[in-house]
Amino acid sequence: MSSELESLYQQIILDHAKRRVGQGPTDPSSGADSLATGESHQLNPICGDEVTLRVWLEDSRIERVAWQGAGCAISMASASVLTELVSGSTRDEMMEQLDRFRELMRSRGTVEPDEEVLGDAAAFAGVSRFPARVKCAMLAWVALEEAVLAANR
Amino acid sequence: MPILSAPSHPLSDDEVSRIRNDFPLLSTELNGRPLVYLDSGATSQNPVSVMEAEQEYYEQRNAAVHRGAHSLAVEATDAYENARTLVASFIGASPEEIVFTSNATEALNLVAYSLSNASLGLGGEAARPYALGPGDSIVVTEMEHHANLIPWQELAARTGATLRFIPVDDDGALRLEEAASVIDGSTRLLAFTHASNVLGTINPVAELVSLARKVGALTVLDACQSVPHLPVNVADLDVDFVAFSGHKMLGPTGIGALYGRSKHLHAMPPFLTGGSMITTVTLERAEYLPPPARFEAGTQRISQAVALGSAVNYLAETGMDRIEEWERILGERLVSGLEAIEGIRVLGPRAGQPRIGLAAFDVDGVHAHDVGQYLDSRGIAVRVGHHCAQPLHRRLGLTASTRASTYLYNTTDEVDAFLAAVAEVRSFFGASA
Repeated sequence: MSSELESLYQQIILDHAKRRVGQGPTDPSSGADSLATGESHQLNPICGDEVTLRVWLEDSRIERVAWQGAGCAISMASASVLTELVSGSTRDEMMEQLDRFRELMRSRGTVEPDEEVLGDAAAFAGVSRFPARVKCAMLAWVALEEAVLAANR
Repeated sequence: MPILSAPSHPLSDDEVSRIRNDFPLLSTELNGRPLVYLDSGATSQNPVSVMEAEQEYYEQRNAAVHRGAHSLAVEATDAYENARTLVASFIGASPEEIVFTSNATEALNLVAYSLSNASLGLGGEAARPYALGPGDSIVVTEMEHHANLIPWQELAARTGATLRFIPVDDDGALRLEEAASVIDGSTRLLAFTHASNVLGTINPVAELVSLARKVGALTVLDACQSVPHLPVNVADLDVDFVAFSGHKMLGPTGIGALYGRSKHLHAMPPFLTGGSMITTVTLERAEYLPPPARFEAGTQRISQAVALGSAVNYLAETGMDRIEEWERILGERLVSGLEAIEGIRVLGPRAGQPRIGLAAFDVDGVHAHDVGQYLDSRGIAVRVGHHCAQPLHRRLGLTASTRASTYLYNTTDEVDAFLAAVAEVRSFFGASA
């Protein structure tokens, strides 16, 4: 098997694509009323991948993420990894994670992932060498950014 | 009159090998492996002769056509009009019935916008029968490419006409018994694809044309997947308009054509307006040339038209009947091979049923994008996604599929390499456990 392909589909990614942490109902009533909440729906019109993601925040801390979606292994795994990674992060920490992830995705393989900040999301480093797949990995992150903005409105 | 002839014999393996030598890109590598190009339904590769025709035009004849007193302009005009004649005779039309466009999408929009302009009262008395309005209906099918759907949505929105749909069954065949009630006295236009870019189905043109004829509706045929792959004769098909794209038939990008029945083109108002399509112009108004010039405003895609003429020669010399037979064999091999792999659902007709040389399929538990990525790593180029047919995918319960599409230069070995790689996909993604 080609090593390029395995650098894209790391075992962590294949596992998350099946296990899907955080996949579940995204209606506001599925979280505590006292929390601020926001939702975003993102669609990649090129391949039809979709994610609807909701966050619940207490003060500036992300208490919970829930999402629903349909798409390729990269986009589904990214939503799952992101859920694990940002749950419990402050808004500022999440923005740092997002910035680092975005920088990694735009790097075309020239940036080494910072595992301290990105955790399992560092496994997506190989995606950056496949420009056609970067949007797949970013889809849930863009939804997260919008959902947090919506929650703070 | 259709000529009855003995069934033609397909291309031989030796001939396909020779054909492949004419296509430099086919002997390149993809990700360190010999390229297996199975995406000709999206765009085909070009033989050297086509690329040389375009280069030769620029080196020896380049000038603006239909104007200028110099000899170069005459040569350029001859080359351009010769290309029109070649394309016309390739599909059994007269040259004045061929309008060059940038692609099939523009050809279909040309018809839609011309009818829209007629509906605004443009084009005078002659164009009045082409006006649409509230109470009229436009009929398309559920299997259309977006290019043969959205222009009619827009035409309906601009004129107040209603858009109706001929449904497909679970195997992707048109439900003809319902077509007979969808097409009624209100129907002014029926637009449908000759061969589906997703299902591979070849639609029953004669039956559909007969339904449209009965109610006096115009017929528009999307021939993007038929003109490159099957012998197509517009007189036999008896349709009013036919649209196709050059880049799917060994030609360059940026060139396509609209066939229009002469009496319609003569009566219809122009779509794009400007230079080269007029007779007398005052500050207030203009009069227009007869077709096809009426529909070719501005400087045209001359080098691309010349190259398309060369592509048509290549296809005609090879023999469209023999290409059709060869692709029938490749298509049958694709479908029967795919059907034999666990977890694969082929869209469209089952093995043994008529289809063009393409097959779209769903892999249980693996998204089409991932299937395409896996195949790419094996040097195999296929199309993934909705193939510009979202409503059809939705009807089949999918958002995306993977499509392998063949052409005259593909070999049975390539189809087998593709099938072997597809058979590995589910285990790689852990979907077969």
